[in-house]
Amino acid sequence: MGPSRAGAPAAPVAGNAVAIKNFAFSPATLKVKVGTTVTWANQDTDAHTVTSAGSGGPLHSAALNTHATYSYTFTKPGTYAYLCTIHPFMTATVEVTP
Amino acid sequence: MSDYYNSHDEAPAGDAGRPDTEHGMTRRQLLRHAGWFGGAVVLTVASGEVISHIADSRGTNAGAAAAAAADIGALRFVQVSDSHIGFQGPANMDVAGSFTEAINQVNSLGFRPDFVMHSGDLTHLSTTGQFDQVRQMMTGMQTDRVFTVPGEHDSIGDAGRAYRRIFGMGTLGDGWYSFDTHGVHFIALVNTLSLEKLGHLGNDQIDFVRKDLAGLSSDTPIVVFSHIPLFAMYPQWGWSTDDALKVIALLRRFSSVTCLNGHVHQLFTKTDGNITFHSATTTAYPLPKPGRAPAPTPQVVPARQLKEALGIRSVGYRQGDRELAVKDQRLA
Repeated sequence: MGPSRAGAPAAPVAGNAVAIKNFAFSPATLKVKVGTTVTWANQDTDAHTVTSAGSGGPLHSAALNTHATYSYTFTKPGTYAYLCTIHPFMTATVEVTP
Repeated sequence: MSDYYNSHDEAPAGDAGRPDTEHGMTRRQLLRHAGWFGGAVVLTVASGEVISHIADSRGTNAGAAAAAAADIGALRFVQVSDSHIGFQGPANMDVAGSFTEAINQVNSLGFRPDFVMHSGDLTHLSTTGQFDQVRQMMTGMQTDRVFTVPGEHDSIGDAGRAYRRIFGMGTLGDGWYSFDTHGVHFIALVNTLSLEKLGHLGNDQIDFVRKDLAGLSSDTPIVVFSHIPLFAMYPQWGWSTDDALKVIALLRRFSSVTCLNGHVHQLFTKTDGNITFHSATTTAYPLPKPGRAPAPTPQVVPARQLKEALGIRSVGYRQGDRELAVKDQRLA
């Protein structure tokens, strides 16, 4: 779970946790199987959100203050792009496989 | 609904604070007061060009600005920004205390500002409690009227609905509006909704600006407020607005345009032809200079340094002179 560097395409990382640290989601691309519950944990001193990009996506966290977490269980395969609406340059993806 | 803000050549109707019966200050007092300011950026508009330079308090330009501010009928307003009420962290353990100090400073400027603009991030997390708290705090500002634009921290998860419930009365669309006073045309824009990497205005709002400016003579001084900068200050951190050039194009024909924003928690000035952009500092906590850190993380600095990073801004304008004086002042 090393920090992703801007510009470098992130290799998918298996797991069920995403750290929000230094204004980045880590791993930037998380790979999970259907039915996995993924938990995001904010380790920054600023607030962040986990919000699906575009409209109609399933990820809608509240504002996550320091140490706050958000969980979502992926029930359908697909690629889920999301961002922090407060800092929309923070983007990441969850890849859900059958 | 917009009529409320569009009354020409008079101060916006006040619903906060006492009526302004007189300016209550002699020129000498004002000049002495002007000495309290540190460096001032003075904008002089001549032959359609904006000349911006730093003047110290003894300089003739600061004197001219003070004279402008002392004139009966001159416009004087204040910009505060990024109070982040609700923020808790080592970068500032008491943002409410800092904002209170900023309000006290507004109230002891030595003149009663015609209005105060809070340029966004009033709250940290857009909660009802935080909106109530900041609204209540701002009723303590001795001015005729308090205006706001939302920051992205004021529109988390609800596209600004909670913000507009408290601060959106009389506004158009998603919270934008315009008004006129002292011969200056003011536009307040919302660029913190529907964010994708950068600030965003949207076509509805750009159409509003087009129609709003249509009837104005090109020598009308224009002031534009927004939370996120309308210029590309540092797009890597989202410090830019993706469709701002459409508004900039509409502003090009005017001889004097001043864009005042928050968001970046630091002073920055840039002149681009007829348009001068001024980023304001915050009353909450500093952010790094563009690119000087891996991310725009709240900066933890010693207490004394924190106060020096926070502040308020006052702006003076004398009708007919086409000169705007922008003065930034640290928290005392």
